Amino acid sequence: MRNIGKWGLGAGLTAGWAVAFAAAPERVPWQLNMHPGVTQSSHDAYDLHMLALWICVGIGLIVFGAMFYAMFAFRKSKGAVPATWSHNTIAETIWTVVPILLLVAMAWPATKVLINEAYTNESQMTVKITGYQWKWGYDYVNWGDKAYHVHFISRLDEKSDRTRQLRSGLNPGDVKDAQGENTYLIDVDKPLVLPTNTKVRFVVTGDDVIHSWWVPALGWKSDAIPGIINDTWTNISEPGIYRGQCAELCGQDHGFMPIVVKAVPPEDFKKWLDEQEAAQNPPAPAAAPVAQQGVPSMPSNG
Amino acid sequence: MANTSAHADHHDDHDHKPEGFLDRWLFTTNHKDIGTLYLIFAFTMVIIGAAMSVVIRTELASPGLQHVQPYFFNQMTTLHALVMIFGAVMPAFVGLANWMIPLQIGAPDMALPRMNNWSFWIMPFAFTMLLGTLFMPGGGPAGGWTMYPPLALQGGASVAFMVFAIHMMGISSIMGAINIIATILNMRAPGVDLLKMPLFTWSWLITAFLLIAVMPVLAGAVTMLLTDKFFGTSFFNAAGGGDPVMYQHIFWFFGHPEVYIMILPAFGIVSEIIPTFSRKPLFGYQAMVYAVASIAFLSFIVWAHHMFTVGMPLGGELFFMYATMLIAIPTGVKIFNWVSTMWQGSISFETPMLWAIGFVVLFAIGGFSGIMLALVPADFQYHDTYFVVAHFHYVLVTGALFSIIAAIYYWWPKWTGRMINETWGKVHFWWTMVFVNLTFFPQHFLGLAGMPRRIPDYNVAFADWNLISSIGAFGMFVTPWMMIAIFAMSKKQGAIAPQRPWEGAHGLEWEVPSPAPHHTFTNPPVIKPGMLAHGDVTH
Repeated sequence: MRNIGKWGLGAGLTAGWAVAFAAAPERVPWQLNMHPGVTQSSHDAYDLHMLALWICVGIGLIVFGAMFYAMFAFRKSKGAVPATWSHNTIAETIWTVVPILLLVAMAWPATKVLINEAYTNESQMTVKITGYQWKWGYDYVNWGDKAYHVHFISRLDEKSDRTRQLRSGLNPGDVKDAQGENTYLIDVDKPLVLPTNTKVRFVVTGDDVIHSWWVPALGWKSDAIPGIINDTWTNISEPGIYRGQCAELCGQDHGFMPIVVKAVPPEDFKKWLDEQEAAQNPPAPAAAPVAQQGVPSMPSNG
Repeated sequence: MANTSAHADHHDDHDHKPEGFLDRWLFTTNHKDIGTLYLIFAFTMVIIGAAMSVVIRTELASPGLQHVQPYFFNQMTTLHALVMIFGAVMPAFVGLANWMIPLQIGAPDMALPRMNNWSFWIMPFAFTMLLGTLFMPGGGPAGGWTMYPPLALQGGASVAFMVFAIHMMGISSIMGAINIIATILNMRAPGVDLLKMPLFTWSWLITAFLLIAVMPVLAGAVTMLLTDKFFGTSFFNAAGGGDPVMYQHIFWFFGHPEVYIMILPAFGIVSEIIPTFSRKPLFGYQAMVYAVASIAFLSFIVWAHHMFTVGMPLGGELFFMYATMLIAIPTGVKIFNWVSTMWQGSISFETPMLWAIGFVVLFAIGGFSGIMLALVPADFQYHDTYFVVAHFHYVLVTGALFSIIAAIYYWWPKWTGRMINETWGKVHFWWTMVFVNLTFFPQHFLGLAGMPRRIPDYNVAFADWNLISSIGAFGMFVTPWMMIAIFAMSKKQGAIAPQRPWEGAHGLEWEVPSPAPHHTFTNPPVIKPGMLAHGDVTH
């Protein structure tokens, strides 16, 4: 009875947090919980996280409840006389079988999500990500069936960089974007621009040491390892700015190579990408005229 | 030799200690003295490692770099881990094993006493070498305690010193493990059957096999680092045909059993203390032994759960996820058994019991986050964030370290013949409870909010919980000094401890006087019913 009361109270409290933080911006002071993010993967990760959290809270309430009950009810100072039993087959069976069922309840959805996340085929564009000490390189490889040769390096923004020097005397609180959001150490000079509602495949590698590319709102991280190419994908549902950081220790400036993804509608993205392509690959003066291919045909979103 | 243990007419009450300081401590072959040396060494390392964590938490107390350069910060995180794992937790457990295993099985000493001396005495040299790198040009190792190449190879001469230090620690651990196995299998007093041994001895028997199995693997991995760095090999260098991920597989094939090397003896300790202060036999003794054994077995087939983001194939991710989740079953059995031991007992809350209860509750919290981390898609978010930092500090600090402190409080009267001041012991416990949770619980929130680990500076959104965590760490730094004061006070003016200072204590260690004489069980004890904790219960 006692446990059920506690369970209800705990459930109410934690559900309150979950609701309060699901709608909050991505990073807030005193934040308690994971943000659900803006992709199917991040929603799935969030749901699994909450499922596991609830199962753990439930087990915790029962086990700790029983333990605290024992600590109050069976005190020597209250004259408790010790029993001598040390076995109970029924109880032992229950607490072996029930956890197995709970594990299956978690492993089942986790397996489904994982199978989905491993499927990088049928992507509509590919971006190559390269980790360097201490910046990120991005190559737009294709969009639909058109090849692109857009490359740029993305590194920590200048204001954060000046502020983060040892005893710089500058206030990290003053590093803000146009909306007034603090972007200290999570802003870059050139963000990675991506289209929304598009399955984007990433191939991730490292140039010098191992890095890890992580934008929490996308729901995963992928290690950037020299000599190895990892592939993964995302499909962002809402336009916006999503920030992340390198997640694998990569040397002294590991904390200073953030990631910014700017998600824009596909039409805007196409315009931006063509501009970049034109700027980075000006037609050679004597070359044969390059046929303007127009909007590349996009694979169906099946 | 001053050691007269070979005398035919020797008795327990003849307390023949060597006279000279060097004879007593440097040339010692006595399991109790070597145990003491291990514990003092571990305590020194705790202070050094904790000082490093104070540097870390001072820098992290607020956003912006105020105190140290990032490269030095990385040296601190790297050495903090190496010192705490190899210098503090492991030697402390070996020290407890040295002291207690012969006493618990009725043996006169460890099976290989001279090797025992050597296993201890190479440790100070290993750590002098490791910590000495801090004063060399280029500083200490800064690539993380996991030493992942290629980053770890970017260090200077410190790489060589670190590798040789790890070799020496490994040799020490392997010799210690051989000694423990030889002692337990050969030197039990007649009547101390394997399945009547105390849980602490059992857990150490299994741990020792883990050590022998995996320390050579670590030695191999770091040797390959050494030759990659200094002799032009390409084991882990992709440009030369090697594979940086291979290092991670080899490292974690050592690293995951290593995690259990640091927690199985803790399970043993808690399984001693909870029945004592519940005045009731341990619930499910055999289930506890089998649980430890199955955790040890599973620890060999879960290593890649530290590497879910390296890009393993789907089948690999699924296998390591399922195998990891399985560990929850035997671990759950242990926790349920401890609670059942308390159920309908007659519980009192002396200081060792408080630490043991603190262990069960907080270790369980570390176990919960462990289950969460096992779920691969969720781990894609948690991995390498402060959520992981919170997780492993809950299992290592409030798990392993709490159990070590509990053990010291529990066996201290046997070692010294003095009781501790219960009031101060309780102050120590509650102080630690408050500050350890203040330090590590908010780190769950930071990780979930997106703060990566191993960074010296962070966005201002993370500032509040970091400050709380730092305050907790500063409070924690008081506790080792508090502990020194409590035990110094006890040694000086503590009440005289009876042979069996805890009413509910069973086991052969409580059949010898307090303090335990320099030599015990030179004649095997005659086991009477009720002497062994597990001898008079039907299985």
